[in-house]
Amino acid sequence: MQQTEPIVNTVATEDHAVAAGRAIVVTSGKGGVGKTTTTANLGTALAQRGARVVLVDADVGLRNLDIVLGLESRVKHHLLDVLEDKVELDDALVGGKHCDNLFLLAAAQSREKDEVETASMCALVVRLCERFDYVLIDCPAGIEMGFKNAVAGAQEAIVVCTPEVSAVRDVDRVVGLLGNRFRPQLIINRLRPALVKRGKMLSVDDVNGILRLPLLGVIADEPEIIITTNRGEPLALRPDNPTGAAYRTIAARIAGEDVAAPMPADPRRSLFARFNAIFGGSQS
Amino acid sequence: MIDFLRRLFRQTGSSATAKERLRLVLMTDHLELAPEMIESMKRDLVDVIGRYVEVDREKIEVNFERQDRALAMLANIPIISVNRPKENGNGAHVTLEPPPQVQASPAPVAEEPAETQEAQTPQAADQTPPSQAPPPSRKRRRRAQQKATSTPAATPVPAN
Repeated sequence: MQQTEPIVNTVATEDHAVAAGRAIVVTSGKGGVGKTTTTANLGTALAQRGARVVLVDADVGLRNLDIVLGLESRVKHHLLDVLEDKVELDDALVGGKHCDNLFLLAAAQSREKDEVETASMCALVVRLCERFDYVLIDCPAGIEMGFKNAVAGAQEAIVVCTPEVSAVRDVDRVVGLLGNRFRPQLIINRLRPALVKRGKMLSVDDVNGILRLPLLGVIADEPEIIITTNRGEPLALRPDNPTGAAYRTIAARIAGEDVAAPMPADPRRSLFARFNAIFGGSQS
Repeated sequence: MIDFLRRLFRQTGSSATAKERLRLVLMTDHLELAPEMIESMKRDLVDVIGRYVEVDREKIEVNFERQDRALAMLANIPIISVNRPKENGNGAHVTLEPPPQVQASPAPVAEEPAETQEAQTPQAADQTPPSQAPPPSRKRRRRAQQKATSTPAATPVPAN
């Protein structure tokens, strides 16, 4: 059965024991479910809590994390430069705009995923774990070499799933490939409570009834995400927004705080929230 | 009232369709078996069970579920009757024959022959748990026999 397939070497595991930081890969299998947005927001939320955070864009060839964070103009060197010892790690790390303790290691845009060497990727993640509290790795879509390299150095996994048949299927496959070592936890992204209520969208229970993973939280399908991504300012910077607050709650859960998993508000009950969305919070 | 009208005109949600499609697609993903293979497995399963009890072939459900990290196969096979179907022509006949013989010799001496009789008839073997159990008292034995003789009438005779 697929769960037993070993996909990654466990070279890094012993090395991680001495390093303080936690290396977490954000993955999903399917593309377009919000891995990069999730990575950017969780990284920002963790950094806002005071943790030292580095975000690693492992999507070599399709660099996007810098855009979502609004750091594209500051990127001078990238992941492969570091892996190939062309530049020092410090020269490649880009400091965050809004948090001093958030850093980005961008992916190479004009290279290919196969060019990454798994062993050196592992070593790099371990090195980052010595300096940072959290190393969040933004995994590319797919389950090929890019996925394997992104996962190789991680100790934990966060899987992002939208309430769609194809996304759930892909997450199921990825979780099977990851096996138990990564203790994958689930974030359900882009849920629309109004549709769920009318029986037109898979519910949280539908999705996790099948996946049966520890649920970190549920993120609503939030128009504000589009606006914040346009601007390169993660929504997690705005705790007044319910989705921004949800990212912060998930960050608190990752940090080990005993708080309930965030759930999008019931559309009928949150009249105030709707009123707020129309007249208050939205700035486009 | 509005709620009632809304409920009246509401279409059944497509999420139910999505859920069912998801269930089926994951089932085959996990098994790495084609749907035809599952069908043929279902047939074989029923054939084997059908040798012992008569099952409702139309209402068999075979599902695959993830339980924690493992995949479990859950089969729901409705049993029409505990009579052994077909093989002996008519199930009712087989079960009716032996009990009178046993009843004819209710003395404790008859324990051994009675036991072999019971083992031979599928009906009795199903109704009373004795075969391996210690020989029951005379009273209990008789009650068990009555039960065995009364059941063929109660259970529907399988249509051949």
